[in-house]
This record gives sequence, C-alpha cells and structure tokens, in this order.
Amino acid sequence: MSKSDAIPQFKGKSDSPGDVGITNMSALTSGPGIKSAREVLAIVLVAVIVVGGMELLLDFFEVPQYVLPKPSEIVVALVSDFPLIAPHLGHTLVELFGGFAIGATVGLILAAVITQFPFAEKIVTPYILLLVTTPMLALVPLLILRFGFGYEPRIIAVALASGPMVMINAATGFRRVDQGKIALARSYGASTLQIFWKIRAPMALPMIFVGLMVGSIFGLLTAVGAEMVGGGFGLGNRLTSYSSMILMPQFFAVVMILSMLGILIYVFFFLLGKKYASWEA
Amino acid sequence: MLAGQSKKPKLEVLNATKVYNTRSGDLLAIDRCSLEIMEGEIVSIVGPSGCGKTTLLWSMSGLHGLSAGEVLLDGAPVSGPNADISMVFQDANLLPWRNLAANINFPFEIKGVKPDWIWIDELLNRVGLEGFGGRFPGELSGGMQQRAALVRALSFKPSVLLMDEPFGALDSFTREEMNRLVEEIWLDTKTTIVLITHSIEEAIFLSDRVVVMSPRPGRVASIHPVPFARPRSMEIMATKEVFDLTNAIKQEIVGTQVSRYPNPATSEDQPTQVTG
Ligand SMILES: Nc1ncnc2c1ncn2[C@@H]1O[C@H](COP(=O)(O)OP(=O)(O)OP(=O)(O)O)[C@@H](O)[C@H]1O
Ligand SMILES: [Mg+2]
Repeated sequence: MSKSDAIPQFKGKSDSPGDVGITNMSALTSGPGIKSAREVLAIVLVAVIVVGGMELLLDFFEVPQYVLPKPSEIVVALVSDFPLIAPHLGHTLVELFGGFAIGATVGLILAAVITQFPFAEKIVTPYILLLVTTPMLALVPLLILRFGFGYEPRIIAVALASGPMVMINAATGFRRVDQGKIALARSYGASTLQIFWKIRAPMALPMIFVGLMVGSIFGLLTAVGAEMVGGGFGLGNRLTSYSSMILMPQFFAVVMILSMLGILIYVFFFLLGKKYASWEA
Repeated sequence: MLAGQSKKPKLEVLNATKVYNTRSGDLLAIDRCSLEIMEGEIVSIVGPSGCGKTTLLWSMSGLHGLSAGEVLLDGAPVSGPNADISMVFQDANLLPWRNLAANINFPFEIKGVKPDWIWIDELLNRVGLEGFGGRFPGELSGGMQQRAALVRALSFKPSVLLMDEPFGALDSFTREEMNRLVEEIWLDTKTTIVLITHSIEEAIFLSDRVVVMSPRPGRVASIHPVPFARPRSMEIMATKEVFDLTNAIKQEIVGTQVSRYPNPATSEDQPTQVTG
C-alpha cells in the first residue's frame, strides 16, 4: 500500500492510462468490457472447459472428497446446505456493513479534515500508516477478551481494518489540490466550504472510491478472520467447523460464497467509479 | 470613435509590486507597474515569457494580493475577487467532472444566481459549440475547451473581462474568428477587456492600446495606441501603419530580451505559470 501515499500529479485530462494498481482509478474503470456475442461465447466456453475439466480430472484420478471435492459436489452442497449457511452469511454481512460504515465514515471525515492542516497531517500520518500496515486480526483475541464472543469485537476489528485504508486513499485524493481550479472557484467568490464541496471533494472522488473498495475488501477479510478466531457464528466460523468435520463440499461452498461477496463488492465500486469518476480515466 | 476617450478609469494599477516567496528565495515578479484602463477599453499586454503578465492580471482580479501598490476598480481598492470581474485562465481550466453545460453553470452555482440560458446559448452558437452542452471536457479538443472557457467567462455579463492568453491553443484561422467574436461581443456589451497575448497581431487587431512589458521584473515598458475605429476589418492588418506598429513592438520585446542575454544571472526564467 505504499503507493497510495504518493501524491499523484493531477492534470486536467490525462490521456495515458496511468500506472496500474488498485490505487489508480483507471484500474477500476478500465476493466475489460465485453464487446460481442462471440466474446461471451468464448468466456462461457473457457469456464465450461475449466470447471468440466476439473470435474473429469478429479473423477478420473479418484481424488478423495476430503482432499478436493468435485465442482458438482460443491454446487450440490451449496444448494442443499444454503438454508444452514444463510444465517451465518447474515452475521458476516452485519459485521462487515457495521464495521465498514463506522470505519469509512471516520476515515473519510479524518481525511477531509486532516488534509486541510498540513502540520497536523504530518503528525497523524505515521499512526495511520501503522494502522494500515498492522493486520487488525492480531487484535481480535484481545478484543474478544474485552468484549466477549458477540458482534462487538468483530465490528471493531472490521472498522479498524477498513477505516485507515479509506482514510489514507481519501487523503491522497484530498491532497490533490489543483490551485488553478481553486483559483477559478475563488474568482467567482467561492467560500471555503464551496471550494471544498465543489472542487476538492469531486477531485478526491476517484481516490475515495478506491479507498472504499480496498477498505471494504480488507473489512471482509478481517470479518472472516475474526470469526475464525472465536465465537459460534459467521462464515469464518463455518469454515473452521466444516473443515474440522471434514465436510469439504460445504467448506468450499462457503469459500464460494465469500468469493462472490468479494466480487460483488468489487463490481459495486467499479460501477460507482464508472458512473461518478470516469472523467479521470 | 475610440472607446478609451472621454471615459473614466475602470481599473487603475498603481505601483503594483509582487514578490513571490519561493524555496530558492524571493522572486520579484512585477516591479512598480502602473496602468490605467478606461471603461469600455480593450487593452492588450504583451511581453517576453515569464515577465509577469499573469502575475499582473491576477493582481487585477484580486486573486492574489500585492507586495506593494494597489489596484482600484471604479476607484475602490480591490482586496479580493469581485463579482464584476471575470477571468479566462491561461489553460481552459474546465472542471473535468462536469459536462460543458454544468461547467458554464458553475459560476452561477457559486454566486447563487440563475443563469441566463438564452444569452449562454447565443454565446455557445457564436463560438460554434451549440449542441455540445452534454459533452465532457475530456471529449473536447484544446481549442474547443478554450472556447467553452470564454463562454463561461462571458456567461454572467461581467463588466471587466481579464483574459490570459485565451486563444493560445487555437490555430490561426480559429483564432482570427475568435478575435472577431470578441470584438462583436465588445460591440454588444462594451465590456472592459484586458488581454494577455503572445500574438502581436491579435493585440493590435483587438486593442485600443497595447502595453509592452519589460522582462522580469515586469514593468510597463511602453504603451502603443492603436487608432482604428471598430468594427475593424482584417484589411487593416495589411496597412503600413499596422506593419510599422507590429515591428516596433516586436523590436521592443526582442530588443529587451537581447539586451539581457549577457546577463545569465536569471536561472528560474522558465515560463512558469502562476497556476502551476
Ligand atoms: N506562484 C508562484 N510562485 C513563485 N513564483 C512564481 C509564481 N508564479 C509565477 N512565478 C514567477 O514569476 C515570474 C512571472 O511569472 P508569470 O506567470 O506572471 O509570467 P508570464 O508573463 O505570465 O509568463 P508566460 O507568458 O510564460 O505565461 C516567473 O519568473 C515565474 O517563475
Ligand atoms: Mg502567463
């Protein structure tokens, strides 16, 4: 995440795609677009070959289910056990949304305020970096000691994991002051508040989306990890318990749900970025 | 009839001095510049790159303060941006996240007044941007962006228009067209206009007076009246009078630069912009 700390130079319009990476909006908005029916066909075909091939290979070599279940078995488990898994998905979502809402709000406000005071920013930045780089999972046992096995330690961990991520990216965005654009607004008599909402905030928006996306994915990781550490519910808890019971199809069904959750988050912010920040790409 | 005559001064620049505090020390950008711009007058400022033209214009607009001296608008000191003054910046300076219509609406949003869309549509027509309201700046050519910036600056009918090389990115044909457009708009509105340009032809075609600035620290080196009635035709540009005037100004700018070459003590002389 060291790149998110660099101040990107903003130009009125950039015609180069810029560096690739999650800290660059173009990574969000320049995803591969599907163009024609032939492309769709090719994508489906490859998926069929990969999944079908796996099925056949696992069958042919008689790989035992506890090593790697066949795709068909995973799908069957996913469908048949979904009613059992669904409540746990709900718990994980509560932790994710709760912690992310808190973390992102605090992170955004802090980023907006702190970037207005370069001196304060210098003092705070090392601590934020520390929060970004420390895996918040490490604090979960401590949080469980203090708050028990309920939602609280997990929500706190998610907030601690996602907040700094949102903050550091948003701060990069807010730091992109284009004096020319600010002068433009000032020439019409804009107030400090108007300059913030009409120049600084829109200018920071692409980086804010990047922060929200990275932050929410980190939040998901932390939520699942915290559930694996302790407590009797959540998708992470399902993972530990299914694996201890050697219910591999169910285990992989949960993994699949988690991947889909991650993809949903990615697509959500991808579309949001495309709608509100495509001017940059 | 000359616009500058028998009118009262609109803008007065009195001994304007601006020092920039840079990392490599203080930099005297303009030094005791004095200039009087009459109501309804069009004045061009020319001078070598980096001589402080933009600095002077920003001081007139109230966007930045002076180290010494003052600027008066209608006799009152300018201490900050003024609703009567409109700026066209050296780059088009459109907001890339807004489409053209929203960009043109921007000043009105800030000021909290309703835009006059009839006037704006007329302006868009005149600059050849009708029907482009929904386009984003990134989808427009540099010249189109500059034309849009001109429309934005004129949209709220300012009484003073300050333009910083507004047509620098245009090809010479479009540039001539834009010059005629400025004249046309001036004939309609009699807006006081200060125009920075690198094109002496443009300066002469448009202005009542051409101000030549010395190399940095910028001073007013000389002022050349351009005694032609408006509307002017492009034919005047072929007269001997204009030819001589062009040469005189060119000589003056080049001459002042040549006289500086033996003195290489100025290292930070790249054409840095104030907006940089
Ligand atoms: N914000 C600033 N901070 C420090 N120095 C500056 C700043 N803006 C301009 N300068 C310096 O002041 C001098 C005058 O700059 P200015 O932009 O006014 O020149 P200019 O005549 O408009 O040049 P050009 O024709 O290239 O646009 C230059 O030497 C420039 O380096
Ligand atoms: Mg300039």
